[in-house]
Amino acid sequence: MGIEEKLPAGVLLTSVEKLVNWSRKSSVWGATFGLACCAIEMMAAGGPHYDMGRWGMEVFRASPRQADLMIVAGRVSQKMAPVLRQIYDQMAEPRWVLSMGVCASSGGMFNNYAIVQGVDHVVPVDMYLPGCPPRPEMLIDAILKLREKINHEPLGPNGRRMLEQRKERGDVPVVPYGSMPSSYRNDKARRAEWTQAVREGREEQLRIENWMKQERHLQGGGRW
Amino acid sequence: MGAITGTFKGFGVTFSHMFRKIVTTDYPFEPAPAAPRYHGRHILNRHPDGLEKCIGCELCAWACPADAIYVEGGDNTDEQRFSPGERYASIYQINYARCIFCGLCIEACPTRSLTMSNEYELARDNRQDLIFTKEQLLAPLLPGMEQPPHPMRLGETEKDYYVGALTNPGTSAGAERAPWSETGTKDATGEAS
Repeated sequence: MGIEEKLPAGVLLTSVEKLVNWSRKSSVWGATFGLACCAIEMMAAGGPHYDMGRWGMEVFRASPRQADLMIVAGRVSQKMAPVLRQIYDQMAEPRWVLSMGVCASSGGMFNNYAIVQGVDHVVPVDMYLPGCPPRPEMLIDAILKLREKINHEPLGPNGRRMLEQRKERGDVPVVPYGSMPSSYRNDKARRAEWTQAVREGREEQLRIENWMKQERHLQGGGRW
Repeated sequence: MGAITGTFKGFGVTFSHMFRKIVTTDYPFEPAPAAPRYHGRHILNRHPDGLEKCIGCELCAWACPADAIYVEGGDNTDEQRFSPGERYASIYQINYARCIFCGLCIEACPTRSLTMSNEYELARDNRQDLIFTKEQLLAPLLPGMEQPPHPMRLGETEKDYYVGALTNPGTSAGAERAPWSETGTKDATGEAS
């Protein structure tokens, strides 16, 4: 990327890494790449009701050179694919790609010759967000997961080597970065619950259990 | 002079917004509940004794407009019984990178085995994790349920499961337990809800 490729290893690197990652994740500016209905939900997420400004990214840059995150919102046709790649190439490093909605993630229900079957055929994708279209909460959840990943990215070749060494030692988090749902990660009790469930390999069951507890009609209770 | 009063008028409008009700939802910290019939991720339900309701008929896979569901049926035997009746789903996968949450699979399901929850936080950083297998989709074991395979506990044949199902649909997360539902007004304990 730049000067961080020449950083030495050691205590200094880890502190600089933390600082750099914190500043990088704190204001991720999005490049608009609204292609279909998902873009409507993306706009709603930027509006006052959902307000992505709470994470410093209410501003969507039309210019790729000022953007950090490309949200591919919608189906990518074969004709649009080179344009998408060009926008991506024009973005400055470090850059991330969020594939929003099933059409961008895998082609979705458009399994035909006109649509690229997954935007990861064209650009590397950091976060896949299912849904057709995903509601603004889902987009915010995906962005928060991506922010967690950015926060733990290694910096420079030495940082990458230190990460490899940590992996060899088995020093990896129980819950992989960017896999815990945001409503769990932002609540201390629920986060502990989720971590425990991952250890037991039953996190998806935990989710259903909690949903059933929340929905009174599923417990044979009265009308909600 | 008019310019100055005009400026303050403008700031006044801005300032008065400080006292307005906040419309922003506090999503990740206090998520608002979704609409009760919101189409979220699926659940594969269980009978009250823990046997799976899915009979591996693949109707959900046929109904799916996005080809997101893959089912492979297997034969139940007396030693290895996963569901009442002859067949069960030995492999059941839903690809959430394709699923459009239309709910046609729910309508197609003849045993109300497949229903939907309101869970929507599904983003992952690779496509592999978006394919949910049967282990992830199955409903949790509630009190009184036993992990299959095990013999039928609620009757001699599968008819006892399905004929009585209208009045006793079981305790898993299916929408048939909603109190307004025409068919399901009782839970496994027999108490009217």
